[in-house]
Amino acid sequence: MRDFISQRAREIPPSGIRKFFDLALTMDEVISLGVGEPDFPTPWNLCEASIYSIEQGGTSYTSNRGLQSLREALSRYLHDHYHLSYDPDDEMIITTGVSEGLDIAIRAVVDPGDEVLVAEPCYVSYSPCVSLAGGIPVPVRCMEKDHFCLNPDRLMEKVTPKSKALIINFPNNPTGAVMRTEDLRAIADIVCDHDLILISDEVYAELTYEGKHVSSATVGDLAARTVTLNGFSKAYAMTGWRIGYLCAPKEICDAALKIHQYVMLCAPVMGQVAALAGIRRGEEEKDRMVREYRVRRNLFVESLNRIGLSCHLPEGAFYAFPSVEKLGLSDNEFAERLLKEEHVAAVPGNVFGSGGEGHLRCAYAVSRKDLNEAVRRMEQFISRLS
Amino acid sequence: MDDKDLLLLQLLEENSRLTTRDMAVMAEMSPEETQARIAAMEAAGVIRSYSAVIDWERAGNGEVSAIIELKVNPERDYGYDRIAERIARFRQVRSLRLITGTYDLQLTVTGKNMQEVARFVSEYIAPMDRIRETATHIIMKIYKENGRTFCEKEGTERIPYSL
Repeated sequence: MRDFISQRAREIPPSGIRKFFDLALTMDEVISLGVGEPDFPTPWNLCEASIYSIEQGGTSYTSNRGLQSLREALSRYLHDHYHLSYDPDDEMIITTGVSEGLDIAIRAVVDPGDEVLVAEPCYVSYSPCVSLAGGIPVPVRCMEKDHFCLNPDRLMEKVTPKSKALIINFPNNPTGAVMRTEDLRAIADIVCDHDLILISDEVYAELTYEGKHVSSATVGDLAARTVTLNGFSKAYAMTGWRIGYLCAPKEICDAALKIHQYVMLCAPVMGQVAALAGIRRGEEEKDRMVREYRVRRNLFVESLNRIGLSCHLPEGAFYAFPSVEKLGLSDNEFAERLLKEEHVAAVPGNVFGSGGEGHLRCAYAVSRKDLNEAVRRMEQFISRLS
Repeated sequence: MDDKDLLLLQLLEENSRLTTRDMAVMAEMSPEETQARIAAMEAAGVIRSYSAVIDWERAGNGEVSAIIELKVNPERDYGYDRIAERIARFRQVRSLRLITGTYDLQLTVTGKNMQEVARFVSEYIAPMDRIRETATHIIMKIYKENGRTFCEKEGTERIPYSL
């Protein structure tokens, strides 16, 4: 039999943490700082809204774009909270998580051979999605000395006539970095000067602890060339519902919609109903969770620095990204031994691309009790190293 | 009272055993300031006491609790206050509130067994002047107390890693 696996599928690198995953599943009493999702269940009023809707027979397809009521509510919300202006009829698609939004955004704008700049370290799917669309991912490294913000000079070094798009994610997974207006302005100039599309994954926008999140599309002339991606997973603790959204100028949105209608048809209606409840009545619960993340961040980062894992204070998301460089182990070795010896799961930074090596991504979206226990075990581990 | 005070109160309400040092880190203040703010709120009676939420059924002491509702004739000049104070003095009374609706006062009473609770109501509460009517509801099972659920949750399946 011939090898049926396509070249594209074959060429995508396997996940860098598969072996950790398998290992962790065989162990008891693992404290996992490895999961990028809230430890809170979805707020009950959102679940109730969805359950009620199911009981009323709300189990069918929605329009390709998603529920009109949800898009309208979102459009108002984005305007009121982030000064974004998107027409719910022409410039928005409800997607099956941000993952799908990212995929269709890339496929809508990338032709084979196009270069797509990817600010790294970042969520692991960006480059593979670019490759699957036939594009060429070009990493741009964000440096710790820049607090993991995207440095315009480093971006310029990677721009070529083939560059088509830039993908950024702030607040950032895995670093927790946040870009301010002035940081974004310099990036906006480059994006506009070189006629690029900006794909801005802002799924952690609500989890911004110092000041308010600045949405890329509100900076300079970016609105006309930005795809804003966001979703409900992180802020509303709705990871399993798979609801995200894509906002873009009509032309791009139309192209993305064509792909969306063929590959996804629509996002799950139950999730859309829960998301609508989130926008309408979820603010208080969301704020309560954000407050708790901030408290945990303060506690956790202080503890990491105390036990010798130097860590800047992340301004957003729910990840701490301490350096393990001074401890004489690579991030892979550190993560593997930490798991095997102390049953603490954290993700080695190198899996998030260039600039991630030598670091560990620790999600602090776990209870304070578990965080304290994780710190205790990490301290124990580090003391054995020296 | 500012946002920092509110945060300290929320932290303490969730877990009053937090150390000052930890609370200071969480609330982004010095331990001295944290201590001073808590002391001020204690002095002002904002923080009344520190206690634990106990599942007495699980502790196995076999006590019985009841919610007692009372219709009360309010007193000229004092309203419900004086009679409420008299009722509150009984050790058996765990909580006491003035409420809207059919009844006026609602109290929670704890006793060794149902007879003891019933006797307490009939001997001490019901005969008091100004009490017109009582309704006693024995608590059969507690699902949630002070914001804490008592029923066991099934562990949900959470993957160890995601990216």
